[in-house]
Amino acid sequence: MAQWDEQFSKLKQIIEMMKDHNLAEITIKQGEEELCVKKAQPVQPQFTAVPMFGAGMPGMMLPGAAAPAAGQGQEAAPQEAKPAEIKSPLVGTFYAQPSPDSEPFVELGSRVEPETVVCVIEAMKVMNEIKAEMSGVIVDVVTASGSAVEYGQVLFKVRPD
Amino acid sequence: MFSRVLIANRGEIALRVIRACHELGIEAVAGFSEADRGAAYLDMADEAICIGPAVPAESYLNIPRIMSAAEVSNVDAIHPGYGFLAENENFAQICRECGIIFIGPPPEAMRLLGDKVEARKLAKKVGVDLVPGSDGVVEDVEQGLKIAGEIGYPVMIKAVAGGGGRGMRVAHNDMSFRSGFASARAEALAAFGEGAVYLEKLIIEPRHVEVQVMADGSGNVLHFYERDCSIQRRHQKMIEESPCPVISEKVRQELCASAIRIIKQANYVNAATVEFLLDKDRHFYFIEVNTRIQVEHPVSEMVTGRDLIKMQLQVAAGENLELTQKDIKHRGVAIECRINAEDPANNFSPCPGTITRYIPPGGPGVRVDTHVYQGWTVSPSYDSMLCKLIAYQPTRDEAIATMKRALSEFVIEPIKTTIPASLSILSHNLFVKSKIDTEFVERNF
Repeated sequence: MAQWDEQFSKLKQIIEMMKDHNLAEITIKQGEEELCVKKAQPVQPQFTAVPMFGAGMPGMMLPGAAAPAAGQGQEAAPQEAKPAEIKSPLVGTFYAQPSPDSEPFVELGSRVEPETVVCVIEAMKVMNEIKAEMSGVIVDVVTASGSAVEYGQVLFKVRPD
Repeated sequence: MFSRVLIANRGEIALRVIRACHELGIEAVAGFSEADRGAAYLDMADEAICIGPAVPAESYLNIPRIMSAAEVSNVDAIHPGYGFLAENENFAQICRECGIIFIGPPPEAMRLLGDKVEARKLAKKVGVDLVPGSDGVVEDVEQGLKIAGEIGYPVMIKAVAGGGGRGMRVAHNDMSFRSGFASARAEALAAFGEGAVYLEKLIIEPRHVEVQVMADGSGNVLHFYERDCSIQRRHQKMIEESPCPVISEKVRQELCASAIRIIKQANYVNAATVEFLLDKDRHFYFIEVNTRIQVEHPVSEMVTGRDLIKMQLQVAAGENLELTQKDIKHRGVAIECRINAEDPANNFSPCPGTITRYIPPGGPGVRVDTHVYQGWTVSPSYDSMLCKLIAYQPTRDEAIATMKRALSEFVIEPIKTTIPASLSILSHNLFVKSKIDTEFVERNF
C-alpha cells in the first residue's frame, strides 16, 4: 500500500504541475516504466474564451458611435434659420461693458465684424476682450452682465451676413 | 470644513469625490470638458462648469481655466483626483498663492517625494532598503566586478542612456559579468551614442507591493496596510488585492513601518502610496512614492472599513485624524479588477463607442465604482477605464469566487472590454495559488 500512496502522491504533484503551466499532456519514462497523463480538453489561455452571461454581438457598433467627440448630449443638426452663436472661450465673469458706467460694447441690432470687441470676460483678475470673429448683426444678448460663464456658454446670437 | 469644493477631474474619481463631499455636507462643483458634457455624474454635483474643449491641455490640464472655474464658482478647495494635475507641484503652489486649498500634499513635500532621486536618498536616510545598485556609472570591468560582488549576483548591467531593453545584460557570475559588461557597453554606444553603464541587482520574480498612507497636519501618520498590484500588463495595473497573500505578519509590519518613516521624514500631509518591490525571499526594496490618491484606493477602504476620500477632505480642511494605528484593523480580503474599454483579443487596443446595454453586477461582497451607465459614450480623448469592480469577502478564495461571479454577471455591450481577460487571470491556477510576479500576465497570456 505504501507504494501505491507514493505513486498517488507523485501523480498528484504531476497533475498540479500540469495545471500550473497549462500542459495538455506529459509523458515520463523511467527505465521500463512510463507514465502518461493527459488532460481531457487542452485549454489554451485565451482572453476571449470565457462565455459571458447574455453575450453580446461582437463587432457591432452603433451608427454614430465612432464620432463621440460631439459630447454626451447629441445636438440636433443645425437648421438653416438658426442664428450663429458667439460662445465664451473662457471660464470667468462676463461683462457687457468696458466699465460699470460706460455703454455696453454691443446691443440688440449692433453690427459686428470679426474684430469687433463684443464683451470682456474676467478670468483670474485679467480682463480678456472677446471678439465677434464673424460679421453680422446681434439678434440676442443671451448672458447678463456680471454673471459667471463657463467655457462654451452662449453669450450672443448673431444673424450672419 | 469646506462649504464648496471644485473637482478638477472627470469620470469615476470625480463621482467618487462628489459622493464623499455630500456625505460630509460639502457642495461639489464638477469641472468638465466638452467631451464630458451631458455625463450623468455631472448631475450629481451641485454645480457643473465647463472648463474647455476635449483635449486635456485645454481643460483638465489647464491651470488657468481650472483656477478661473474655482474663482467663479466660489470654492474653498480643489480636489485634483488622480492623474491630470494631481501630482503637479506647480498647480499645488498656484492654489496656495490664490488662497484655495489644494486637497493633497503641500507643494514642498510633493516636490521632494516626487523626485525619484531625492525620494531614494530620503528612504535610505530612514533605513529603508533600495534596489541595490552601483549608485552611479561603473567606469571599468574591475570596478564593476567589485560592486557586483557587493550587491550579489545576479546583476543587471544597464546603459545610463538606455531604454527599450537595449544596452542591458544580465550577469550571474564573474565570467558572464566580464563578457556582459563589454557587450552592454558596445550596444549602448551603438544604440545611444553613450556607452556608460551602471549596475542594479536583478530582482527575480518581483512582486509590486505598495502601502497606503494618510498623514494629517498634526504629524499623525497612519498606514492602511498594503496592496499587492503584481498583475500588470505593460506596467499598467489590472488587478489589485489586499492583503499581500505571501508575506508574514512580521514582514507586513516592517513594510508598513518603512512607509510611515518615509512619509514622516518628508513632512508629508494627506494621502500617499509608498511602492516597493518584493523579491522571492520576501525582502522589500523601496521604489517610489505616489503623492496622490490612487485608482486602487477602494481595496484598502474595504479591508480597513475606512473612507480615504473623506479623510482627504477632512485633513485638507485642517481636521486631525482622530485615529491611532491600533484603530486601523485589517479584515478580510479585497480584490479589484479594473475594467477598461479595450479588446484583449486585439492587443488591448482601445474601443471607444457607445454602450447600449449596461447591467452591473451586485449582491453580497460586490462594490462597483464607475461613472458609466447605459447610453454612455466612451470618448477617445481620455484613458479607457470604465469601472473598478471590487470583491470583498472574509477569505481570498471567497473573494475570487465573488469576483468571478460578478465579472460573469457584468454586461457591457457592444464595446469590447477587459472582462474576459480578468476572468482568465482569476481562473489561472498560479493566480489562485498567488505564485505570481509582475511579469506573470505577459508570460502566460
